[in-house]
Amino acid sequence: MNKILEKKQLSETVFGMTIEAPLIANERKAGQFIILMVDEDAGERIPLTIADADKERGTISLIFQAVGATTIKLSKMNVGDSLPAVLGPLGKPTDIRGENGEKPGHVVCVGGGIGVAPLHSIAQTLKAAGNRVTIIIGARSKNLFILEEEMRKIADDDLILVTDDGSSGRKGLVTEPLKEFCESGNVDEVIAIGPPVMMKFCSLTTKPFNIKTVVSLNTIMIDGTGMCGGCRISVGGETKFVCVDGPEFDGHLVDWDLMIRRSGAYKAQETTAREHACNLFRGMK
Amino acid sequence: MTPKERMAIAPQAMPEQDPSVRARNMNEVALGYTAEMAMTEAKRCLQCPTKPCMKGCPVAINIPGFLAKASEGDFEGALKIIRETSLLPAVCGRVCPQEKQCQKFCTMGKALGDIDKAVAIGRIERFCADLARGQTAGDISASAVRATSTGKRVAVIGTGPASITCAADCARAGHDVTMFEALHKAGGVLVYGIPEFRLPKAIVQSEIDSLKALGVKIELNFVVGRTRKIKDFLEKDGFDAVFIGTGAGLPKFMNIEGENLVGVFGANEYLTRANLMKAYDENSNDTPCWRGKRVAVLGGGNVAMDASRMALRLGAEKVYLIYRRSEAEMPARKEEVHHAKEEGVEFLTLQNAKRILGNDNGSVTGLECLKYELGEPDASGRRSPVAIKGSEFVLAVDTVVVAVGNASNPLIPSTTEGLETDDRGHIIVNPETNMTSIQGVFAGGDIVLGAATVILAMGEGRRAAQGINRYLAG
Repeated sequence: MNKILEKKQLSETVFGMTIEAPLIANERKAGQFIILMVDEDAGERIPLTIADADKERGTISLIFQAVGATTIKLSKMNVGDSLPAVLGPLGKPTDIRGENGEKPGHVVCVGGGIGVAPLHSIAQTLKAAGNRVTIIIGARSKNLFILEEEMRKIADDDLILVTDDGSSGRKGLVTEPLKEFCESGNVDEVIAIGPPVMMKFCSLTTKPFNIKTVVSLNTIMIDGTGMCGGCRISVGGETKFVCVDGPEFDGHLVDWDLMIRRSGAYKAQETTAREHACNLFRGMK
Repeated sequence: MTPKERMAIAPQAMPEQDPSVRARNMNEVALGYTAEMAMTEAKRCLQCPTKPCMKGCPVAINIPGFLAKASEGDFEGALKIIRETSLLPAVCGRVCPQEKQCQKFCTMGKALGDIDKAVAIGRIERFCADLARGQTAGDISASAVRATSTGKRVAVIGTGPASITCAADCARAGHDVTMFEALHKAGGVLVYGIPEFRLPKAIVQSEIDSLKALGVKIELNFVVGRTRKIKDFLEKDGFDAVFIGTGAGLPKFMNIEGENLVGVFGANEYLTRANLMKAYDENSNDTPCWRGKRVAVLGGGNVAMDASRMALRLGAEKVYLIYRRSEAEMPARKEEVHHAKEEGVEFLTLQNAKRILGNDNGSVTGLECLKYELGEPDASGRRSPVAIKGSEFVLAVDTVVVAVGNASNPLIPSTTEGLETDDRGHIIVNPETNMTSIQGVFAGGDIVLGAATVILAMGEGRRAAQGINRYLAG
């Protein structure tokens, strides 16, 4: 059983949890994810990126936004409760520049919303491999930022905050500072993790500069081992499974519109399930 | 009884739910024989001294032997004979393609000039197993005599038919067996793939419970290769042997235009949602269900039949089954083909999908097909279909399910150094022991054979268990 050891609320809808999972903690590398269930009889299986892991304690940490039936139910679980199913680590680890023979360089990490969580451990690993790491994080508004301090520890002065409403940092979109960095000519690689639309536009921004751009996709999945094919996307005209071929892909090759549409395939049912989950907890604190 | 008298007995039809009713529920279609029907049907067996039926059975069940017992009403005795070689009669009686195995060689069918009039061996097998399950636990526990503990530990990867058989046989030999399953329920394809209406999950569960009663441990939510590697099992975790029975879980697609549109599913996903995740019951399950109104299923195997019949049960008004050869070449069990037709699935044979059409929102709106004719026999001996130029036509559908087979899942081979596979990704084994290129690591079932049947996988699991038991004894 995977016991919840710590729980904290990072913003209105974003939660962090530390979960007992010694085998996963032991094998996990930056960029990998797990699939979990909150109810093994009636629940669904959802993928979540592993934000961090502690081999010594045998724990993994997850950061998630309570937006769907399962994440809402998860957000209502407490320290001491156990998750009936946690499977992982799944997917291929991040290919860290500087670790595989290439020279370390200047990597710009762009994070949006909940995508900052997986980005954090990747940025940490990139830094450890000797790269200069610049971090751009975006949110709709100041109170929706997560892991700001943790990111500052990695990037020092190279942390750029962007908000839609200008309540913190620059007002605008993450693609604006990203473009300026690209124009400066000293960027070797970009890693963008966030909502699909953000990743799409980051990829479009870097394309004219021909800068390698890695994105991490979070599609609908069931088994997570390549069996069902529900997570398939098109990359450079070829069908790929996010669960086993990814979750990271070349952002310039991903068919974004298709990926976004496939992610929305169950929108109507998801709304009903979410309302059902919300009703379930109505009046509870 | 004289052969003439036996030949005069009418074949006993299987009681079934009415097609129009069952096409809208998940309950088992075939209701099973009564004792009287099983006895009558068993009396039709001519007790041929050459036992031709046995050579059609992948695990060589003594068929005339168990039929003789059943004809006398000694169903317990019949089951005892079945269990000498088969571990899961309740499952196999339901899902074996009998008309291609035992019943294909049945003299009665030949004498009457109609394979459908062969002795219904599978139905009698099922009756015997079901009767016993009503009284005791599953098939496995009833046939389980455990040897004294050897102190040796065996890891079995996967919980499908090959792994279940291997685990049971290793446990019976006295080894300490642990099974590892990536999903949250044990049973493999028997729970995620084969629908409730063909194989009730309670039957699979009773076999899993019997395994546990035998002392077999089952670790769910554990994906070998990722959570832990085979090397770790042998070097760090104290396992003496490993069996890989991970099946053929990598869905093939057609590689045609539009295959990634919203509303196009691999059959594995389509069936897993409905079977394992119970998505059809939306009020009590969170997994969303896709309820297509006009569904096209591509393929002609059992999985295609399951998917098309599931589509009806999920509320489809029209279901087309599209297969590029003729019905005679369909790999599906004859009974499933028959059931699908009865339930209203429209068969479009000698036709094949050319591309899937979508609207501006990326959702499926139609399927462009081509008509085919049969040409020369190909390598498989089946006449190969040849496209008829200019025969394109469009079917208006909102859902397409691709059921054209599975390739072998590369997860274990790609994470296990030194494990040899052939060019199709199947694990290479010694045909006598089922040992792989790694000492102490065995494999069997679809990961070795390519997508096959439950009974063949069972036979493989059994042979691998013998290999393991000999290896651990030596």
